Amino acid sequence: MRIKAMALRIFHQIRRDRRTLALVLLAPMLLISLLYVILDSTTTDYKVGIVNAPESYIDKLYENNVDTIRLSRYDELEAIETGAVIATVNQIGGKLYVKIDGTNSSKATSLLKILELAAKEKPEQSRADTTTEIDYIYGSPELSVFDHFGSTLIGIIVFFFVFLISGISFLGERTSGTLEKLLSTPIKRWEIVVGYAVGFGALTIVQSALITFFVVYVLDVAMVGSLWLVLLITLLSALAALTLGTLISSAAASEFQMIQFIPIIIVPQIFFSGLFDLSPGWSAVGKAMPLYYVADALNKVMIKGDGLSAIALDIVVLVGFSTMCMVGNTLLLKKYRRV
Amino acid sequence: MAEEYCIVLKGVSKYFDDKQVLKEIDLQIPCGSIYGILGPSGCGKTTTVKIMAGILEATSGEAYVLGERMPKLAMMDHIGYMAQSDALYTAMSAFENLEFFASLYGMKRSIAKERIEEVISLTNLKEYLHSPVAVYSGGMKRRLSLAMALLHHPQVLILDEPTVGIDPLLRKDIWGKLNQMAAAGVTIIITTHVMDEADKCNRLAMMRNGRIIAEGTPVELQQNVNAQDIEEAFIYYGGGTDED
Repeated sequence: MRIKAMALRIFHQIRRDRRTLALVLLAPMLLISLLYVILDSTTTDYKVGIVNAPESYIDKLYENNVDTIRLSRYDELEAIETGAVIATVNQIGGKLYVKIDGTNSSKATSLLKILELAAKEKPEQSRADTTTEIDYIYGSPELSVFDHFGSTLIGIIVFFFVFLISGISFLGERTSGTLEKLLSTPIKRWEIVVGYAVGFGALTIVQSALITFFVVYVLDVAMVGSLWLVLLITLLSALAALTLGTLISSAAASEFQMIQFIPIIIVPQIFFSGLFDLSPGWSAVGKAMPLYYVADALNKVMIKGDGLSAIALDIVVLVGFSTMCMVGNTLLLKKYRRV
Repeated sequence: MAEEYCIVLKGVSKYFDDKQVLKEIDLQIPCGSIYGILGPSGCGKTTTVKIMAGILEATSGEAYVLGERMPKLAMMDHIGYMAQSDALYTAMSAFENLEFFASLYGMKRSIAKERIEEVISLTNLKEYLHSPVAVYSGGMKRRLSLAMALLHHPQVLILDEPTVGIDPLLRKDIWGKLNQMAAAGVTIIITTHVMDEADKCNRLAMMRNGRIIAEGTPVELQQNVNAQDIEEAFIYYGGGTDED
């Protein structure tokens, strides 16, 4: 009854606050769209300067989306300096001399691979029965960078926005004096905490659904698992973020101090969520963070197509974490009223 | 616990960290009276009434409301508390604010509607009932806060500086209503630093530096020290206890 009243009130408040509503519902989609455009448009057509190389070699490069221009030996360095090419190739006596701009290490590495392969490959070797057979266990050759990150990004973005909004909202309850007014009524401390979780939970259901459908159907990101599982995971991600946000807000005296928790609480979680390949030691650190389990579960469902049993541990951890935060918050409210 | 006293404080002290803000407060507030707590800001009035309302707990000493040791959750139903700062959800309308608190007190929809109607006409907010509180003036917010404290017909009404920013005509109305409620048996505790309001209380406690410096009816307090008005009396009582 009182929980319902709390949840309804949060709904009324947010409904009136159009900007916050837009931030929660539209901003995530804007960010995801931007990332989609950026990651998908990372073109892999390289420009390479050829000082001396056989025609067949240049053709090979061309097949691999490498643009070539002719350069004289004296212009080699200048072309790299000005960025006109990112590498130059000079074949002297059957040996390949490559000069390369290694500023962008991943780009340089993949280009080197192409340059080397093109040199090795001899047309007479490519018989049908000896070509490598490639089977994708997970993913497909069409998996773009965004497909790889997309699943993790959904988790991160949901977590970030819900953490911020719920934290600031609960903080406002303290600074405006309404928390004290609430505590002068017969409401129990846990009813306040659960009321918040339910009220914001309802909002995050809408948010999670919007983001999931947008990513899967509009952006057409690789998705082989169950849509309902994805929805469940994003929702749990939001629940973890909202309980953590309300808990953390107790330690903040103002909205500004709440923002200060982003680099401490949110950013490290993004680093350890699986976006980067980490050594086993460091990736163990991630296991202490809720976002790791969100990303893990989303990866399993969206890319590997795993079912509920594969992500059971992730779900248990997220539910457990949220419960702990709520219990913690209920205890912290003792500071304001003992009973 | 004697029946005729609605609120009893026994040797109540309160510390915030190392700072002692209440020093051995003893108070007995008779049922069905309007009891004023008068004193300058920072004297401990708000802390005292928060302890009565069960929001704060005394560091030492005992606080009783209607014979029950505070803080006690079940007593919250019988206490109406109006804080010094307007604790309102400004994005919502007055009606939504009132409806929310009505459901926290567990009122049925039909009863809640009736009560909202009642407190809103008392505080003259009828025409703004559905406007968001954000557009309210300071006085209107004060009135809405009062309406919220009255909503559940509490037996004990605790008002922390209720009439700040309310115009004199409405203030007179509100005092009339408070007198009516007191006559019906509601105990009303009012904190104020306005001396002329103190006159309207049945009994008065004067506070300074966390202590009660004098207690009695307004007339007693003046006559005891041959003062012309409450202000003069306050200066008299306060004069000797300025040791900290």
